[in-house]
Amino acid sequence: MAQKVAIVGTGQTDHKSHRPDVTGQEMIREAVDRALEDCGITIRDIDAIVIGNMDHFESINYVDNWSIEGSGGFMKPIMKVTTGGTTGASVAIAAYYHVASGMFDRVLAIGWEKNSESDTTGAIITCSDPIWDRFSYSGAIPSLATEATAYMKQYGATQEDAARVAVRDRNNALNNPHAHLQRPITLEDVMSSPMLAHPIKLLDVCPRTDGACAVVFAADGEAQRLAKQPAWVHATAVRHTYSWFGDSTDYDAGLVSLARASQEAYKKAGISNPAEELDVAELYLPYTYAGIKWIEDLNFCGRGEGAKFVRDGNTNMDGMIPVNPSGGVISTNCIGATALLRVAEASIQVMGKGGKRQLPKVNKALATGFGGCFWSDVMILGAERS
Amino acid sequence: MTTERDYDKLLTVALDKAMPYDWSIGLHGSMFFQEIRENQRFVGIRCPQCKKVYVPPRRVCGPCYTEMDELVPLSDTGTLRAFSVVNYPFIDPNTGGQRPVPYTYGYIQMDGADNIFSHIINETDVSKIEVGMRLKAVFKPKEEMQGHITDIIHFDIIS
Ligand SMILES: [Zn+2]
Repeated sequence: MAQKVAIVGTGQTDHKSHRPDVTGQEMIREAVDRALEDCGITIRDIDAIVIGNMDHFESINYVDNWSIEGSGGFMKPIMKVTTGGTTGASVAIAAYYHVASGMFDRVLAIGWEKNSESDTTGAIITCSDPIWDRFSYSGAIPSLATEATAYMKQYGATQEDAARVAVRDRNNALNNPHAHLQRPITLEDVMSSPMLAHPIKLLDVCPRTDGACAVVFAADGEAQRLAKQPAWVHATAVRHTYSWFGDSTDYDAGLVSLARASQEAYKKAGISNPAEELDVAELYLPYTYAGIKWIEDLNFCGRGEGAKFVRDGNTNMDGMIPVNPSGGVISTNCIGATALLRVAEASIQVMGKGGKRQLPKVNKALATGFGGCFWSDVMILGAERS
Repeated sequence: MTTERDYDKLLTVALDKAMPYDWSIGLHGSMFFQEIRENQRFVGIRCPQCKKVYVPPRRVCGPCYTEMDELVPLSDTGTLRAFSVVNYPFIDPNTGGQRPVPYTYGYIQMDGADNIFSHIINETDVSKIEVGMRLKAVFKPKEEMQGHITDIIHFDIIS
């Protein structure tokens, strides 16, 4: 790459299930203003913008153009990047490329969603093949549920094993003033919540949130000027499968896209034992079973060991590899912003700006993004300029 | 069966409500539905490079990026690999109407295929379904078939 890159500022909105107080553009501006303020610059200092949300959600096309008064992009180069659930991470990775290439020095990444103004399930279904998969497909929750049933059969994991992930994340959310759901929950609460799609119950899965997130990427030299402790980008990786649902879920091999993307990122970042070398992980876990299964694909533990790894407290705030100090996706899910929130929260931990959710000393942080046809994005951030 | 470009055999999906979209099923997909109508039998396609058999058949093996043309007859039975019973209501974007719930959606490995086929299983009682169960396709009467995924009504559990 032409130049090293760091995150120097982040901004996120107040997250709620319904934000009738603002339009979509105004909501985006809330996040952008906070991100600019966080690193002490104005919109005039921004060279280029990358923005994304979910296809078909709010029925707004050309969102790069439509969002100008929120993004501040008037007469600036803007690129729209829309990759389903991974959108937020793809936006971040594209913004990183913009700076790493040497073509821009200060780039704004924006993800947003007004789920209250969308038909989430209907829109998600349009990602499926119209001839073959759409007839039986019913959106995100049941397709994740099928993955869960296969995993439970294979490794004997239980609904209680998964429920512990919701309890961890939702209770972590109490430390995050930006989290959408801020009510403590117990294992019993999860187990007795209504069954949406076997084995996924209401408290096993993410909410629908209105919100936006913005992150400022800056070039080496500029980054040290804008942030006391920049969060340097050590590695990024992207892996996509393809849209035949029956082909992209290899139940014996796990979430292959996440395994491959994380292997590549670990290699680039010089990490050989992620659970020990990473200080925090902000993972895109849209449902609880992912919290015991996908950590195996991330190589935090061995195959079939995820439930025990979580049960033993390794992913708690005081554990070997704390997962989701922010409360994660199960607490806040403004979908086009969700994966960018993971990147923002990971960089907040590196920058030491986490307030009550801050971990003592974060040298290396992992953020992931997950998308509909079982694809994955990974970003590793670090305190050291590497 | 043949893979020659015979345009009489190419089908188009038509929906029961007016929608501004028409989708081409393609040559291999059209042959899949013709085979179901004529012989109530599944057909797959084999990749010359990785040797995987895909159902439904399609033109290109995605991972190999290789053209496929060797059609492989399959049976109408398979093994359940994963499932979910969908309980929440939502609007089906293909019809504009509400999808009838509950229904069971499953991933079925058809005998002789290497990938997985998604369809509906005719059982919504979770205590009666298990990953690994054997399933058999139930077809519409031949005269009612339209060259559509609904020509397969659902799968029955056979053991
Ligand atoms: Zn192949």
